[in-house]
Amino acid sequence: MKIAVCIKQVPTREWQPRLNDAKTWIREQDISYEMNEPDAYALEEALRLREKHGGEVVVCSAGPARVQTVIREALARGADRAIHVEHDSLGSADAFVLADALAAAMKDEKFDLVLTGLQSDDQGHGQTGVILAERLGIPSSTIIMDVQIEGGSLRVKRELEGGWFQWISMPLPALLTIQSGINQLRYATLKGIMAAKKKEIRKAALPDGLTPAQKIVSLAVPTRSKQTQMIGGSAADAAKELVRRLRDEARAL
Amino acid sequence: MLVIAEQRDGKLNRATWETIAAAQRLAGGTPITVAVLGAATGGVAQELASAAVAEILVAEHPALDPYTPDAYASAAAAVIDAAKPVFVLLPHTYQTRDFAPLLAARIRKPLVTDVTAIDGTGGDATFARPMFQGKLAAHVKPQGGTPAIVTIQIGAFRADAAQKGGPAPVKKADVQIDATSVRQKPEPPFREAKQAVDLGQAERIVAVGRGIKSQEHIPLAEKLAKAMGAEVAASRPICDNGWLPMERQIGSSGQTVAPKLYVALGISGAIQHLVGMKGSRTIVAINKDAEAPIFEVADYGIVGDLFEIAPAIVAELEKG
Repeated sequence: MKIAVCIKQVPTREWQPRLNDAKTWIREQDISYEMNEPDAYALEEALRLREKHGGEVVVCSAGPARVQTVIREALARGADRAIHVEHDSLGSADAFVLADALAAAMKDEKFDLVLTGLQSDDQGHGQTGVILAERLGIPSSTIIMDVQIEGGSLRVKRELEGGWFQWISMPLPALLTIQSGINQLRYATLKGIMAAKKKEIRKAALPDGLTPAQKIVSLAVPTRSKQTQMIGGSAADAAKELVRRLRDEARAL
Repeated sequence: MLVIAEQRDGKLNRATWETIAAAQRLAGGTPITVAVLGAATGGVAQELASAAVAEILVAEHPALDPYTPDAYASAAAAVIDAAKPVFVLLPHTYQTRDFAPLLAARIRKPLVTDVTAIDGTGGDATFARPMFQGKLAAHVKPQGGTPAIVTIQIGAFRADAAQKGGPAPVKKADVQIDATSVRQKPEPPFREAKQAVDLGQAERIVAVGRGIKSQEHIPLAEKLAKAMGAEVAASRPICDNGWLPMERQIGSSGQTVAPKLYVALGISGAIQHLVGMKGSRTIVAINKDAEAPIFEVADYGIVGDLFEIAPAIVAELEKG
């Protein structure tokens, strides 16, 4: 099995948004980044499939030089090698550009299975994986919670809404977008971190002429849909005031 | 303007009405066609004909049941090719998330997902959508030709805001799908476990999120719930970690609830969670991060350490 995992580097969950002067993108100077969480689950699933079926796991990422940090982290967790489509513009690229960039770098590798997270914690389009599948000419299924491979065929558990699921079979090669929580994540060991330093990261150039499918006109902190009454003071005072309001104003207790 | 309705076994997904409301908002008078895809769509077309739209298009083909992304993308592409809309609107459901990117990739047209608001009409419109887990709202404009495909977040528009009229004429659309091009073979949907707790019936809910930090702190939430006469629930990461059972999960992948009181304890408020609880009558948010999106939907907010505040509330309630 030759498995690709597409990962993205995104701002950490603790990051407080700051906007650039034009208010069309975030201030990138003071951000700390991490691996997009659903992609981390996709990586873990790929490592487990390799443990079961053999083969190799190749990490693919499109982004500026800074994404090497998450590529190294994925290699430290156990991926065998990596492909990095490197360009400064990819940090804020939309799903079409990312998918086209990845497809160009991945198509000659003839992967049996491509995994990625169901969406990114930054722009959150939820499109890149499926567009990539179409560009690679392979079938896709999304929001996957279990992956079974038997005798060259693939059977996956897809999450539906409201606690429903469905098994779907499809031929390999295929692309799956993985839901968070499909497995328990492993973390890098010291041995893994040392080994990662020797693993290959193949640089690929961004193909010319990729055009975005959308433009961010403006970014803003969302306006409140409700007038939230903030309650301050010490924990005891705030608790007292909250209970009073829930009893007297909201009549919810 | 084209709306693609969502139905299963002849039953309309109500989110379709929200999407029709969004389409009417965006159309500014241009005619709206609503397309119904499926193998046997039953009375769905007649139900939709009561909307103030130009026509209902029924695109039936045996390959459309059960749902597969390959067949739906083919059918939608055929309908778009015939109708030549400027915009194609769909509800942002799990099904749409599965096939809309495929459709967009095939016809090489822009796709804007998870839209919460529309500014302007027609070609001048911009679309608001959450980014960075709801910490920011972006206004975006599709680029690169028509139609632009737009998916509308569940609950962003009101179903009862869809204007009624008609009855709109119901027409058949001829769609050809090559069955051999459909690569996914689905099995019937199933539920993992019986829902032992029906959170939908709970009057009050105390829900915990990542802010609870570890499994050993779950009893803190349980104590608060007990003191409030509430059921305990959780956001997705808590259930993923196995700290509470999956059946107590609130959100798009769990249960949708609208209790009298919803207390969000250490929940940041990712949109996947908000869709499951924002209809609650009174919402209390307790979070250390003043910028957390949960405060946008909360009636009462306390910024602070839940490990101090939750016990203080319990103490206060025990005073009677």
